Amino acid sequence: MNPLVRPGSMAALTLRRFFRHRLAIASAIVLVLFAILALAAPLIAAALGADGEEVNLFNRFAAPSGDHPLGTDELGRDVLVRLLKGGRVSLFVGLSAAVIAAVLGTVIGLVSGYHGGRLDGFLMRFTDGIIALPLLPLLIVLAALDLNKLGLPDFILESGNVSLYRIVIIVALVGWTTVARLVRGSALSLRQRTFVLAARAQGAGALRIMTVHILPNLASPIIVATTLTTGNVILLESVLSFLGLGIQPPIPSWGNLLTNAQELIWTAPALAFYPGTLIFITVIAFNFLGDGIQDALDPKAVER
Amino acid sequence: MSRHLIDRLFQSIIVLAVMSFVIYGLMGLMPGDPIDLMISSNPDVTSEDAARLRALYGLDKPITERYFNWLKAALGGDFGYSRIHAKPVPDVLFPALGNTVILLGLSVVLSLLIGLPAGIRAAVHPYSKTDYTINLAAFAGISVPPFWLALLLIIVFAVILGVLPAGGMGTVGDTGFWDSLKFLVLPVASLTIASVGGHTRYMRAAMMETLRQDYIRTARAKGLNERQVVLGHALRNAMIPVVTIVALDFGALFSGALITETIFAYPGMGRMIFDAIMGNDFNLALVALLFATLLTLVGNFLADVAYVWLDPRITFHQVET
Repeated sequence: MNPLVRPGSMAALTLRRFFRHRLAIASAIVLVLFAILALAAPLIAAALGADGEEVNLFNRFAAPSGDHPLGTDELGRDVLVRLLKGGRVSLFVGLSAAVIAAVLGTVIGLVSGYHGGRLDGFLMRFTDGIIALPLLPLLIVLAALDLNKLGLPDFILESGNVSLYRIVIIVALVGWTTVARLVRGSALSLRQRTFVLAARAQGAGALRIMTVHILPNLASPIIVATTLTTGNVILLESVLSFLGLGIQPPIPSWGNLLTNAQELIWTAPALAFYPGTLIFITVIAFNFLGDGIQDALDPKAVER
Repeated sequence: MSRHLIDRLFQSIIVLAVMSFVIYGLMGLMPGDPIDLMISSNPDVTSEDAARLRALYGLDKPITERYFNWLKAALGGDFGYSRIHAKPVPDVLFPALGNTVILLGLSVVLSLLIGLPAGIRAAVHPYSKTDYTINLAAFAGISVPPFWLALLLIIVFAVILGVLPAGGMGTVGDTGFWDSLKFLVLPVASLTIASVGGHTRYMRAAMMETLRQDYIRTARAKGLNERQVVLGHALRNAMIPVVTIVALDFGALFSGALITETIFAYPGMGRMIFDAIMGNDFNLALVALLFATLLTLVGNFLADVAYVWLDPRITFHQVET
């Protein structure tokens, strides 16, 4: 047991409840494993002597072998290395977009819940408006925009990673609503509590009350919502990349590895199988993890 | 109609109006330009001609002026021509909408028929093996990438088994009912799997919450059996949040339809929007996107109406304290 956690304390109870959620534990282990593998992708690529980008048309659709543990694709590139590099990109996009969305949602929810009144009304109607939109078609429009017409500086447009940043931003722009609503709901009830009143009586300003007194109490809804959002964001990235609008080749992502899969279904069904399985496992793991954390943090949950 | 519903209706109209301007503006930022597209096949057009064409179509005016011109025409029933289909926009939109309604209708009904009983079963025996299995299946449905699921279905049923068609809407020359049905099986199956997990989870959560209420304890205390307690007493109240969420989910469902229709080459609205955006068909993309927004807003409004209608305790007049 963790020496920092007193037995019988709230934290110990939470930890114990979390460890009872076996699926959540398994999910956490899987996600850590995926993260390590993705970070180690260059090392594994060097060990195999394949960089995942080198085209070898004499060795297309090779069966798994010592040199290529999962075989090669339609251009003779190593499938395993491409999957690992794709994982790096997909996990990076998922985590960074979810964090940006969480920050955005927290700020909007906190301001809305703390101030209340007209501002709250406006911000929540705005959130409702975003939730009410058919998101995927709009994301497709945003992903298809011509960045040159936005007048962005050249150094952004010419960097090879522009498709990466673009997808992170547009997914974050629609992903904040869940966090915002949860944070707003909790902030609304917290601002009535006596400790907030005490802080105000001592002369603390709105900013200080929001950040020092209310924010720490919002940790659990924010953590849960961010975990669940990460799974959703990875799904969205894969859909957009699959449609050819997300991460652009030659940068691999789990979504764009599947772009050609539909045409190659008859020749190489395995190529369609691997990336999808990885997306599936990652997303379900984030969902289980979020569910586990939610159960562990919920004081109303019944002891099993 | 209560004050609250009138407010919501008003709000929906504002959202729609704002979205029409935003989408109009976004269309202008798409790659390609209507005049460039028009003259790209004709090498004789000089830059003066292009400028004249731009002036003729009003494309040299500021965006607000162009937007209001479009809006005036649209409110008068003139939505312009679709570039890809070479037909007026409504002539393209409505047949596609009909196809999507068939697809979505079938999968929502199927998803509810499977998801609601599964959710109730899971909630009645919480943390049992049954609950565990149902939850696992529900999470799997929520987490599976919808396009990949569609690909797997194609691999299994069209490639390996060869029993169902991989895409399209009917065999050429065969307009029979059974033939069309065969083409619907895989798209409906993949959309159903994508939404059934959510429905199961909502039903389970709502039922568990309801079963904690005092009046349920009273029902049990007066000696009703479990079946009467759950189906006779709890279900009605547990359905309130479920009905709302199902209606609210319309936007998500529409997104699912876009993916499914694109992969199965099903001529519905989602695929039409995708093709219109990719093919620089600005008129069609604009109207279709707005129509999709309108449908989602109608779904949300119906959710509100259902909420008030199902739960007489809700008045929306209390001031939040």
